[in-house]
Amino acid sequence: MLKTIVGAGTALALMLGVGVMSADKAQAKVEGDTIVLGSAISFTGKYSTNGIHAKNGYDLAVKKINEAGGVNIGDKNYKLEVRYYDDESTPARTAQLLERLIQQDGIQYILGPYSSATTKAAAPVTEKYQVPMVEAEGASRSLFSQGYKYLFAVLSTSELYLASAIDLAAEVAEKNGKKPSDVKIAMAFENDPFSLDVRAGVVADAEKYGMKIVIDDKLPRDLSDMSATLTKAKALKPDLLIVSGHSKGAATAARQIGEMNIEIPMIAMTHCEAAKVHDKFPAASEGFLCSTQWAETLSYKDGLFGTAGEFDKLFKDTYEGYTTVPYQSAQAAAAVQVWADAFERAGSTDPQKVRDALSATDMQTFYGPIKFSEAGNNIAKPMVLRQIQNGAYNVVAPSKWASHPLVWPRAVPSN
Amino acid sequence: MWDNLSILTTHAPVFNIQLLLDGILIGAVFALAAYGLALVWGVMNVKNLCQGEFVIMGGYFAWLMGKAGLHPILALPFAIVIMFGFGWVVYLTIIKRVLTKDMFTSLLTTFGLAIVIQQALNLAFGPEVQAVQSDFHTLSLFDGFVTVANIKFVSFVLCGLLAGAVVMFMKHSRMGQAIRATAQDARAARVMGIDTENVYAFTYSLNAAICGAAGVLISMIWVIQPFYGITHSIRSFVIVTAAGIGNLPGVIMAALGMGVAEQYVGFVMGAEFQQASVVVILLLVLIWRQMQMSKLRQVVQ
Repeated sequence: MLKTIVGAGTALALMLGVGVMSADKAQAKVEGDTIVLGSAISFTGKYSTNGIHAKNGYDLAVKKINEAGGVNIGDKNYKLEVRYYDDESTPARTAQLLERLIQQDGIQYILGPYSSATTKAAAPVTEKYQVPMVEAEGASRSLFSQGYKYLFAVLSTSELYLASAIDLAAEVAEKNGKKPSDVKIAMAFENDPFSLDVRAGVVADAEKYGMKIVIDDKLPRDLSDMSATLTKAKALKPDLLIVSGHSKGAATAARQIGEMNIEIPMIAMTHCEAAKVHDKFPAASEGFLCSTQWAETLSYKDGLFGTAGEFDKLFKDTYEGYTTVPYQSAQAAAAVQVWADAFERAGSTDPQKVRDALSATDMQTFYGPIKFSEAGNNIAKPMVLRQIQNGAYNVVAPSKWASHPLVWPRAVPSN
Repeated sequence: MWDNLSILTTHAPVFNIQLLLDGILIGAVFALAAYGLALVWGVMNVKNLCQGEFVIMGGYFAWLMGKAGLHPILALPFAIVIMFGFGWVVYLTIIKRVLTKDMFTSLLTTFGLAIVIQQALNLAFGPEVQAVQSDFHTLSLFDGFVTVANIKFVSFVLCGLLAGAVVMFMKHSRMGQAIRATAQDARAARVMGIDTENVYAFTYSLNAAICGAAGVLISMIWVIQPFYGITHSIRSFVIVTAAGIGNLPGVIMAALGMGVAEQYVGFVMGAEFQQASVVVILLLVLIWRQMQMSKLRQVVQ
């Protein structure tokens, strides 16, 4: 008898609990006339610099969208708002906080964290609760090979980072009356998931042209010395040198390329801006090709921010202390635009309907065109290559958006 | 791999000079930090796991000097003096308390210290990778086939001078004699009236100062970042273990040899084997020693 009462009581409590929880959820995801997006992003720890860049991007887009009249769903008008938690740059914490955003706060729309590592931790959680996430800062190729249905990324994935350098080298070879298959490539990539993704893209494109890879070194994470690799490059005289190893790789390469008078006509790398090579090694880094997701000189535009240049100006006016606008902020802003667009097209706040609308996204933004593949990555936007010319970053490839012609061969400073 | 080897042997042997020079010049800087470790290890039996962090701290002196608009090499005396003081404080507050405990306590303590220093540097200077500019030119030999940054020669000479100064100090000064006496037999040294407590503090501080100097030089050759100390710690350990404690010529030879080996392995087999080669060499040295010892043991038996 007692058992039955206890059992019934528990069942009742459970039911009540569930009832209360679902009521909470319904309230939290859309509070009155406000749609609440959630994000666990890095305000502290090793990703904090870029985490805050991303947050500024999110906030600016939210502000701008609300000022422009908010989001119209059916005949009702909503404003946007973002609830943030600090994931302390720790993937495990990102996952925990997403549970909290979804379970406790009832948030049904997620904006991504900063970095591939934290996004990798976040995706299984949003997938479990079938809550869509639009992310702007996780580029790893492996995010899009897991069959995730609720993950959408506005940025280009990592294997595209330097692939355009291969196309450019092929163009140059043809212009000089040589065959693309004559091009010799030297590569030095750090031995970490991101850089190896970049390498995979480069290798695939080099194979496409039948180019010869004469050096293929993988730099250990703890090593800041490339002199043996560069000595080899001196001996083998490649036409193109490709380096990717985060800020350390870019700084080490720039320093030693300068010190060793390396005379390779074309050098492409990632993380030039982050390592400030133009500033620290002005002579050595002249003529480097640097890949970027976005540049303010591109001719992309949309109805909200206007052109890329106008976004750049607005961002600098809104936030103090920025001399250049990081692409991390631009793509974060674009992610919020994707959400707003999807809500309006879905005509509903139901997460499933919004997910389907997200998946059908096909839009132009100041950040570039956005269209998601089945896997959720943006397949419409190319990576951009900028060349350091007299200390300034000028877009030289792809040629459709180039603002300056490529300087080839790069000037070799004499020491 | 064989292609690369044939460059060195037949096609363009001139690159051997490049590899040798690069190896020896960078090896000299390793030797400095390794010698500091050999001192602390030999005299106090403390395996200092925050060796690399001391080196990075030294690097930030050069960076600050460069930021102030002065030549970063001028940071050398400041780094030596301030790091000496820092070492003394660390000894009095922390190392002193674990000196008599077992090996694991001192390992854990210095490991913890390494983490604290990394995070403190991160808070103070941020996580960005920094490169300090010496603005020295590059020496170009053999029609530009061999190019070596002059800063590497400068740091080689400075390393030599510093090592020479330390050796003279150990041989001829009273403190140097006291350190050697303590290393040989701490109890006997105490009986003879040597203040071993003071000797330990001095040894630890001297090590910090040497690391600081190495850091100033390394920051102008490689790059620094709050979390890059581990590379230097590992190198120092490998060198001291291979050379043996209290064997200064051995430490120098091992450091230069490993610098050269790294360059050759990086050239022939690829950069991914560059650091691994150092550890393999250590393994071979230990196996060879073990075999020698076992012969000796058989003779004794």
